[in-house]
Amino acid sequence: VDLRYTAAEQTFRDELRAWLAATLPGLPEAPASDDWPGRRTYDLAWQRLLFDAGYAGVDWPAEGGGRGASPIEQLIFKEECERAGAPYVGVSFVGLLHAGPTIIAEGSPEQKARYLPPILRGDEVWCQGFSEPDAGSDLASLRTRAVRDGDDYVVNGSKIWTSHAEVADHCELLVRTGDDGNRGISWLIMPMSSPGIEIRPLRTIAGSTEFAELFLNEVRIPVANRVGEENDGWRVTMVTLSFERGTAFVGELLECMRLLGSLTKVARRLELAGDLGLQRRLGHLVAAFDALWALTKRNVSEAAQTGVPGIGGSVFKLSFSEHSQALGDLAMEVLDRAALSADPLDGPDGEALGNEEQLHAWFKSISSTIAAGTSQVQRNIVSERILGLPKAR
Amino acid sequence: MDFRLSDDQAALAEGIRSVLAGRLPLERLRAAEGAEAAIGGEDWGVLAETGVFSLTRPEPEGAGLGVADAAVVFEELGRALVPGPLVGTFLAASAGLLEGAAEGRVQVGVHSGGGGPILLEHLASLDALLLLPGFDKRSTPRLLVPAPDASTGTRLAHPLDPLTPMWLVPTLAAGDPVADVGITLVRDGSILTAALQVGHAAEALDLAVAYAKQRQQFGKPIGTFQAIKHMCADMLVRAEVARSAVHAAACLADDAEVVASEAEAAGSTPDALVARAVMGAKMLADEAAVANARTAIQVHGGMGFTWEVPLHLHLKRSRLLATTFGSPSSLSAALSGLAP
Repeated sequence: VDLRYTAAEQTFRDELRAWLAATLPGLPEAPASDDWPGRRTYDLAWQRLLFDAGYAGVDWPAEGGGRGASPIEQLIFKEECERAGAPYVGVSFVGLLHAGPTIIAEGSPEQKARYLPPILRGDEVWCQGFSEPDAGSDLASLRTRAVRDGDDYVVNGSKIWTSHAEVADHCELLVRTGDDGNRGISWLIMPMSSPGIEIRPLRTIAGSTEFAELFLNEVRIPVANRVGEENDGWRVTMVTLSFERGTAFVGELLECMRLLGSLTKVARRLELAGDLGLQRRLGHLVAAFDALWALTKRNVSEAAQTGVPGIGGSVFKLSFSEHSQALGDLAMEVLDRAALSADPLDGPDGEALGNEEQLHAWFKSISSTIAAGTSQVQRNIVSERILGLPKAR
Repeated sequence: MDFRLSDDQAALAEGIRSVLAGRLPLERLRAAEGAEAAIGGEDWGVLAETGVFSLTRPEPEGAGLGVADAAVVFEELGRALVPGPLVGTFLAASAGLLEGAAEGRVQVGVHSGGGGPILLEHLASLDALLLLPGFDKRSTPRLLVPAPDASTGTRLAHPLDPLTPMWLVPTLAAGDPVADVGITLVRDGSILTAALQVGHAAEALDLAVAYAKQRQQFGKPIGTFQAIKHMCADMLVRAEVARSAVHAAACLADDAEVVASEAEAAGSTPDALVARAVMGAKMLADEAAVANARTAIQVHGGMGFTWEVPLHLHLKRSRLLATTFGSPSSLSAALSGLAP
């Protein structure tokens, strides 16, 4: 076990840090969270800055137009961006982290040439049409059907949890082209301008419209937009998951560590420092987040050597999601009645409490044991694939 | 950066594991249940020969290894339930405090204070006693040579851990400060105790998983049921998170350059950064060990509550270790940064 960075890794960090220090002060003010056109413009402008500086697709292989950085460099990239307060990947999330890598791995030369550069340059936005109202954890039971009609598929069905749908140019869409189960699924690129797509925003418990439902009624998608073979879409989707290098939650983890630091200061200002119960809960989270940062480094090191983060990904997510919830719950208790406001408030000393930020993080934490594989499904994966316990099915 | 076990560390773990399985198997250790000495001189010699106490001594007398390597070895010692004053003897040997510690000729205990009656483990076997607080307390590390005479105390008829004899003593002399190496002793002692705890947590997990695969109820292995699976998954999470924390703390102990650069990045001092990592590792490892032993007992059902199944030994030993170098509740309060 060795935590020392190589000279090359240190140089990568120094250059990135200098670029961030020079670039971030020039950014415009971030748009309101429900201003989706504003968010698209802002996030794509940031992506363009990354592109011009050679940091676009830092985790993409060079043959896909990316930087081809090592997993350790990807870790450094995420760490420095978070510490510097750089914008999040935002509306570029699906393109950069999911659709792009899928097309790199499984797309035709024409598809690569058409779709990859606009993702890297910050010209186009992708959304994801995977889950359905009746196909959540059991994604392979999806029922949105695509029927061949000449050079098109005609698609009918509905999708859910689609982020950025209102501002997306393309949707990575899983459809049923064959029999039930995971052998009858295909992976399509659906232009969001296609006739027959109805978007209904879904309001979350945070009050915002992060997600949407998609209703697809006789939507025609060219067969040329299929990535991979017909009925081979499940495998195509799984290949994408193998792009994960153990860095998926670096930003969220470092954000939790920062929020924990702010909360400790707020507790002191509210004269709660002598509360032993509070001390223990705070101290526990300090230890847990430090340990998860160490686990991240182990997972990334594993990926650097073997190409995949090994057993650590699910282990990390299970622990991190619960600790982020414990942090949120503790923040609500420390802030007490100030946590009843999503509008910023000042403490008795006249300084901002940061209550709106803690409240937002609390809401977000609630989804962390549900999104990207519920903790219950994660535990099944861990116990069957890692511990070798027998499958129930 | 490569924060995985190196090939050498993996080989070290494998090596110590096979020595322990061959020469100090659990049946042999358990034969000493209730004895005045938890581990005989011959068996203690096996540990010394294997190099357990001289790992970090410079070559040629020692192996010239680091704290991270020692943590790998101590995890295996915990797994195998090896009893005796392992941590104190290792510390005395690595700091050169007492002639003969590295060679297994003398044994050195650790006492971390704590309120209430003064209970000392392994007293009849001890040549010296280190009085070491955790980083949660500010008392000065001290060394007591010779160790208190066992005849001044009363041996407990029923110590919690059947493999750790305990004495109740009326008073404890102050001892001599070991100021120059005191911080190092607290740091490495905490890390290696935490490593023992990770071993207990990992072994409890392995025992539970093996049992869940084999035990049949309702016509299938109980490991088929999600209620059991999820308990096992949580045990793995606790063990892996604690192990990561222990390895990170050990890396800091081995590398002042990394400490300096991380302290600078965190806006902290090197000492505070190390103390935080060490306390966090000890606390998480304590909790993982106790919780995993408890959970493994639950997975075993009624058999888990018996003397035959070794889970109670892991539970009891991990409770004992949790009382040295700071308890989880005291460490967590100290980690908050709010405690006075």
